[in-house]
Amino acid sequence: MRSGEIGNTWLRIAPALTLLAFMGPVLAGLTGTLLPAFGYLPGLGGTSLSIAFWGDFGDYPGVGSAVWRSFWTGMLATVLSLAIVVIFAASWRGQRVFVWLHRGLAPILSVPHSAVALGLLFLLAPSGWIMRLVSPWATGFERPPDLALAPDPYGLVFVLGLVVKEIPFLLLMMLSGLNQIPERQSVTLSRSLGYSAMIGWIKIVLPQLYPVMRLPIYAVLAYSVSVVDMAVVLLPATSPTLGLLVMRWFNDPDLTYQFLAAVGATVQLGLVVGAIVIWWGAERVVAAFARPWLSAGGRGKLSRVLALPGLGLATLAWGLGAASVAGMIIWSFAHRWRFPDALPRAYSLGNWVNKTDGLLDPALVTLVTGGVAACIALFLVVSCLENEQRNRLNPGRHLLWLLYLPLLIPQVAFLFGAQALLVAFRLDGSWMAIIWAHLLFVLPYLFLSLSDPYRRLDPRYRVTALSLGQSQSRVFWTITLPLLLRPILIALAVGFAVSVGQYLPTIFAGGGRFATLTTEAVTLAGNGDRRLIGLYVFAQSFLPFLGFGIAALWPLWRFRNRRGMRGLV
Amino acid sequence: MTVEPNNSGPGSALVLTDISLALPDRMIMQGFSLTVAPGEVATVMGPSGCGKSTLLSAIAGTLSPSFVLGGAISLLGRDLTTLPTEERRVGMLFQDALLFPHLNLGENLAFGVPAGLTRTERRERVDAALDRAGLAGMWDRDPDTLSGGQRARAALMRTLLSEPAALLLDEPFSRLDAALQERFRDFVFGHVTERQLPTLLVTHDPRDAEAAPGPVIAFEDFAGA
Repeated sequence: MRSGEIGNTWLRIAPALTLLAFMGPVLAGLTGTLLPAFGYLPGLGGTSLSIAFWGDFGDYPGVGSAVWRSFWTGMLATVLSLAIVVIFAASWRGQRVFVWLHRGLAPILSVPHSAVALGLLFLLAPSGWIMRLVSPWATGFERPPDLALAPDPYGLVFVLGLVVKEIPFLLLMMLSGLNQIPERQSVTLSRSLGYSAMIGWIKIVLPQLYPVMRLPIYAVLAYSVSVVDMAVVLLPATSPTLGLLVMRWFNDPDLTYQFLAAVGATVQLGLVVGAIVIWWGAERVVAAFARPWLSAGGRGKLSRVLALPGLGLATLAWGLGAASVAGMIIWSFAHRWRFPDALPRAYSLGNWVNKTDGLLDPALVTLVTGGVAACIALFLVVSCLENEQRNRLNPGRHLLWLLYLPLLIPQVAFLFGAQALLVAFRLDGSWMAIIWAHLLFVLPYLFLSLSDPYRRLDPRYRVTALSLGQSQSRVFWTITLPLLLRPILIALAVGFAVSVGQYLPTIFAGGGRFATLTTEAVTLAGNGDRRLIGLYVFAQSFLPFLGFGIAALWPLWRFRNRRGMRGLV
Repeated sequence: MTVEPNNSGPGSALVLTDISLALPDRMIMQGFSLTVAPGEVATVMGPSGCGKSTLLSAIAGTLSPSFVLGGAISLLGRDLTTLPTEERRVGMLFQDALLFPHLNLGENLAFGVPAGLTRTERRERVDAALDRAGLAGMWDRDPDTLSGGQRARAALMRTLLSEPAALLLDEPFSRLDAALQERFRDFVFGHVTERQLPTLLVTHDPRDAEAAPGPVIAFEDFAGA
């Protein structure tokens, strides 16, 4: 009885506490970035407000082109990813190839951005895999040509990397959105009215779907405009983005650059807000122009023209992602792999034997940080969802905005300030700091993954169990949790995978004392030891994959004799 | 061997007094009173949306907080409206049997048995109930491998094992085929009579109403315009 009361009290305060654990650092971090941007940073002698550093920022060589590069690469990557996903879904939804490609793309979602970037670099470099496959028989190159293919000064490979990673995410968000609208009936109805399936989907399904996908799309846009780890790997040092400049200033031994970094982080925030506002405006324009078209009666007899490019581009994105990881895994086992051999001449386990010493520490930090952050996040998310169920609360849509906030604000904008605060409280470089920093990003994704299945569980199971006279907490432990075992494990795996991929939170909160597989891999990008990078990419990709494997297999085994769980788990 | 309820002796009536149900923007019912005697099955009929399932939720204590409930619901001399679902002793059967898919058949029934009994006692009660439902020896079965009729009977036994003082039936016969419907109806009503449970049945099917031992209430009358 007593423990039940404690449980109930906890559930009631859980949503507020979760929000605090979550919004507190974000808002404090933003403040900690804005104040130094206007000259206030007592630790470094800045005790009065001034806008002097904004002048320095404007005078810094190349800053204008860096801001512009951040903007257009992020915009282009988001437009391309969304266009490919929409065209692909519109023309192939409901067919077997859609299911295949969706299953193929799902694992790429769990591979960290930096791992895909490193793999892509090898794939597309002058001495890379693709060049090896076509040399020398087609190109005549006996040696790697002297071309700036990847990284390229235009940032096209960088855009490509973003697209490869964002397509699976947008596809997943689209599928979860499609669960909420009557897709099949809409398409069937419009076909019976003479519309092709594709045009019917675009005219009827997409307008219902877009509002549900809006926040994920904004998150992709914010991420693409401000990402740092992919930019480190895929952009040459001479063509940085704003995020790269901020990191450069932040790491400068001359501490006055901290003020410049703060200004840069603030501009980064403005850039993301501006990009979202522009996107929002573009939505209005597209909607206004498309509206008459929706009811103009065009049946789209020629729409098959787009079907093949849609499939081709989606397949290409999958192929690039898969080949990126595969290439690096082969490197980790390569003994001798000279240009232009398509595959290594000789393989060895030497790498795995000799070089894994350095790998163990970062792997352990990755495992502990991700594991603890995912478990804390799960505890908070389940508490909030259970509270919602017990008190039959209707989740409002505005709450979803709050949840998305850390995904919409560029990481660097609040991590910079959060780091200053951590230093002030002597918490930087502690386990608590790094786990908390990861939690900020693990929590929203874990919530997104678990909230749907949790809310969709047939409420009559709970009602039946309660009407049998069992207490709330017993029903939670014996009915709700086991029925949701699979979605819970998947949510844990999602949270863990998100943590494995984090770069900036480790850098800012780790105080240089923590290295994860991801921070190590990004650091190695410049040194060109592909065998070693291959080892890290393998480990980076394998850990999240292992998590998803356990999440898929354990419930199958646990409920192997329960046919009714197959639909549920 | 039969399953013996804890409180043998005459059952208690389920008494609804001056019930009103409202949403912020409209009235759903007003001034509804009904006494269901022990062993009686009162049938509530009416078009969907007339508030009959809302009435069941009100009695079971699962109303969504946007409803405002007025009046009194009493059972065993207690006012139910302030009690949580799990303390009301009101059993429910739905359209679907809702056997918990992660437990086996025996565990499903044992979930209904009150706490505070020894292992052997629990086992004996479940075995007896399985026997009554024609499911003897099926403790280990996966509920999903049972036939529709077996599942329906198991769900009733699970509810009866929890020793309810009243029963709410939310169209529990509508998913079964015609022949099975009649047999399961007799099975349920037989237990209701034997246990002297006041029972409220919500249905679309006039045949249910005919077979039910008790008054029939047509609900259009109460749906506030």
